[in-house]
Amino acid sequence: MANVNLRDIRKVYNHTQVIHGVNVDIDDGEFVVLVGPSGCGKSTLLRMIAGLEEISDGQIHIGSTIVNEMSPKDRDIAMVFQSYALYPHMTVAQNMGFSLQLRGGAKPEIRAQVEKAAKILNLEALLERYPRQLSGGQRQRVAMGRAIVRNPQVFLFDEPLSNLDAKLRVTMRGEIKALHQRLGSTMIYVTHDQVEAMTMADKIVVMRDGFLEQVGTPLSLYDRPANVFVAGFIGSPGMNLLSGRYAEGNVGIGDIALPVSERPSSASEGRQVIYGIRPEHLILSGDGGVPLVVEVVEPTGAETHVIGRVAGQRVIGVFRERITTRPGDFLSIACDPAKVHLFDPQSEHRIN
Amino acid sequence: MMMSAIESRRAMPVAAPSTSRLGGRLKRIALHGAVLLLCVVWFTPVLSLFVTTFRSESDSSLTGWWHAFVEWRPVLSNYVEAIYLAGVGRSVVNSIVLTIPTVLGTVLFSAIGAFALARMRFRGRIAVFLAMVGFQVLPPQLVLVPMLKFFLALGLTGTFIPVWIIEMGLTVPFGIFLLYGFFASIPSDLVEAARIDGASEPRIFFQIILPLSGAVLASLAILQFMIAWNHLLIPLIFLGSGSLSPLTVQVASLAQTNAGGLNTLTAATFISVVVPLVLIVSLQKYFVRGVLGGAVKG
Amino acid sequence: MSSQILQLFLGLLAVPAMAFAIILPGELAIRRFSQKRQSSLRPWIWLSPVLALVGLVIAYPLVASIVLSFRDASGSNWVGFRNFVWAFGTAMRPVLFNNVLWIVVFPLLTAMLALSAAIMLDRVKYERIARTFLILPTAMSFVAGAVIWKMMYTYAPPLQPQTGTLNAIWTAVTGKMPIAWLIDRSINNYALIFVAVWMSIGVSTLILSAGVKNIPRELVEAAKIDGAGEWAVFRFVTLPSLWPTILVVLTTQAIFSLKVFDIVYVMTNGSFGTDVIANKMYSELFVRQNLGTASAIAVLLLILASPVIFMNIKQIRSEGGE
Repeated sequence: MANVNLRDIRKVYNHTQVIHGVNVDIDDGEFVVLVGPSGCGKSTLLRMIAGLEEISDGQIHIGSTIVNEMSPKDRDIAMVFQSYALYPHMTVAQNMGFSLQLRGGAKPEIRAQVEKAAKILNLEALLERYPRQLSGGQRQRVAMGRAIVRNPQVFLFDEPLSNLDAKLRVTMRGEIKALHQRLGSTMIYVTHDQVEAMTMADKIVVMRDGFLEQVGTPLSLYDRPANVFVAGFIGSPGMNLLSGRYAEGNVGIGDIALPVSERPSSASEGRQVIYGIRPEHLILSGDGGVPLVVEVVEPTGAETHVIGRVAGQRVIGVFRERITTRPGDFLSIACDPAKVHLFDPQSEHRIN
Repeated sequence: MMMSAIESRRAMPVAAPSTSRLGGRLKRIALHGAVLLLCVVWFTPVLSLFVTTFRSESDSSLTGWWHAFVEWRPVLSNYVEAIYLAGVGRSVVNSIVLTIPTVLGTVLFSAIGAFALARMRFRGRIAVFLAMVGFQVLPPQLVLVPMLKFFLALGLTGTFIPVWIIEMGLTVPFGIFLLYGFFASIPSDLVEAARIDGASEPRIFFQIILPLSGAVLASLAILQFMIAWNHLLIPLIFLGSGSLSPLTVQVASLAQTNAGGLNTLTAATFISVVVPLVLIVSLQKYFVRGVLGGAVKG
Repeated sequence: MSSQILQLFLGLLAVPAMAFAIILPGELAIRRFSQKRQSSLRPWIWLSPVLALVGLVIAYPLVASIVLSFRDASGSNWVGFRNFVWAFGTAMRPVLFNNVLWIVVFPLLTAMLALSAAIMLDRVKYERIARTFLILPTAMSFVAGAVIWKMMYTYAPPLQPQTGTLNAIWTAVTGKMPIAWLIDRSINNYALIFVAVWMSIGVSTLILSAGVKNIPRELVEAAKIDGAGEWAVFRFVTLPSLWPTILVVLTTQAIFSLKVFDIVYVMTNGSFGTDVIANKMYSELFVRQNLGTASAIAVLLLILASPVIFMNIKQIRSEGGE
């Protein structure tokens, strides 16, 4: 087990820089999720940690060693691929034992290790099967088993659940999390799915276009997104972002004034701001609230999503109540002033 | 105008059944007839060879081979004569000695080259690959004179070594082309997983790439077997028609000199084709895949 | 005999040894280098056996043949273009003419027959069996094919029993004189070409069959709904879709007709006006022992083949990525 430190990591492909100096510190035993839209560089970063991509600039430390020049096999890492990358011509047991076999382990010892890992993942009955005879979820578990058998310092996961159906994904999410608690190893996990990030991570690293946007615990990212991108990316449905003007403890949006409990840091009366409020922080408020013109009502059973407009700007609300309002009607809503996020429209940084 | 178009369209299905059903049946009969004819024309020469091998010299000089269906008096003497007197038995051994190492080498060299070209990135990769594409269609006559001088200088003519090397060299560009597409389609995740598992490059080649490529390697092997087994020119030049001559050379010299007579020649010829015939029928799948994989696609 | 067996074992050991003689030591040698150095050296280590083999068997002879084509019979003195003047001279003219005949007739005939076969076979249920019949000749050597067809073409003077299949049918059906297929100069080249067609149609049919099966069914159905009959479907859907495949067949067979040797060597050995370039080269080399003219013929073959070589390269290049 080991910490992983990324120091000013850069990656250049054919004269195009795709990763622009990323610094991340991952503590020993931490579960870190790299998340971002596709093309943000999260997979490239992971592959650089694995040693599958050259590092154009910067340093990667695993434990106390700089691994920049080390080949993947010497880095003491294991990786679970999106496609699982199981060797089709080997049985489950052979797949899982391959790395030990290459290290020259004795046969009975390899067998013992494989069986131990198989037990953890409930794969004992499948050891003599070939990958093509397994279901998607089983293949996924074999891929994890192959990683476990190595007993690496760091586990790397590259979108391991995206080839599974929605139900199985939830199950496997739990299994990976449980595995982490059991093994206590450092794990770095790449996904584009913010739900996976929120539910699994000790620490989330949000990336966009090769830049780090924010690093923090899931709840700190949810509660205090550092910028408009993170605000919109974390949480589902995404945060409502309305443009308005700050004045005297309120943000004016059109002719509606919404109260704010926290003043913007560089407060100047009349400055332009982006007013952010999460859909789940809107509340129904009898009369005298803010009028929301309803456009679409989507009942999900547990809650109701209402899409509409406030002062002409698009707003989504999520309510526990069942709402029968019809499109075109008004809904009177209120926003909790303590849960409002303010951003600068130019820099898009948080200002409260 | 409009009206008539609609009318005629409506009229068609009504008028169709009686004429088109009959026309359709005639067409089916014509189709089956044509296919049958094609098969008969293509098979008759093979059959004529086979039948003649069992006919005696005197029968053959008086009547055509089809007479055997009227009067069946099979003899085995042609085979005995071919094998023991016409040197065909020895030539079978020579053909095997010529072909097996050639096939093995072609598959190995092609696989190595295709592995480098398909799975590694480097400057000049595309140039090397295109050179292989170009070399595939080079006329083999081009290599004869310099190769003959080269192997004469080394004193290796009269051994199988020049033939192995030349046959390999002539087919390897094609082999690389054939394997390249398959190797390139192996998911890179698999290779990377092996790399993380600690596999060295030779190990990835032997334990991941080769085991996954069984079918396409078999295709290349069967194609090269046919090529090497059936070539005449190269062994004719480098082995001569003496004690090292393979079947093609031996049969060609029997045919040209007319030594031993027609029926011995047919027996010799049949012996020379029986192995490739069995292979192409039993391993047709691999043969077809090789032919299709190697055709420069449009 | 034991010497052959010895050579077989030698080959089975030496050939793989040659293949890995550089790679395995090379991999060991670069193990200590940085990853970057390794990945820049590794491709060339792995390519070295192939480059050595192809360099020796193809690249070097290519250059050497061109050089030799400008030298005299023993390869010791420069003679300028004399060998090429000879190659286009009166002695070679009928030979070149025969090859032109081969290059035109053989690919066209093969492609047409193979295309008909592919389309017909696509419509019958016993396609696999029928296809096997067409492939059988492909498995044989051209030598064997030549022997078989020498029998098929056997000629006996009139009134004697015709033991050749073709003449037996011909005399029985038409009642006319038997034909000396391989001697009669007006048809013997075609008789030889047909042997090559018989032997090559299997592969061409396979390639075209794959093409036929690749035509989307919807395309044919749409054409039929648009009112196209069998012929129109063929003319406007099948043929245009197959064009690239037909081109592959035509070029492959054109290259083959440049190189054709075995059939002519066995059946007529170039007599009765059937000589072709490759046979001429063989006789220049071994009968007249003239390295210069033999090389000039080889270079001539190269020049004739080069359009196809460049076409293939261009084709592969445009397929993207490569």
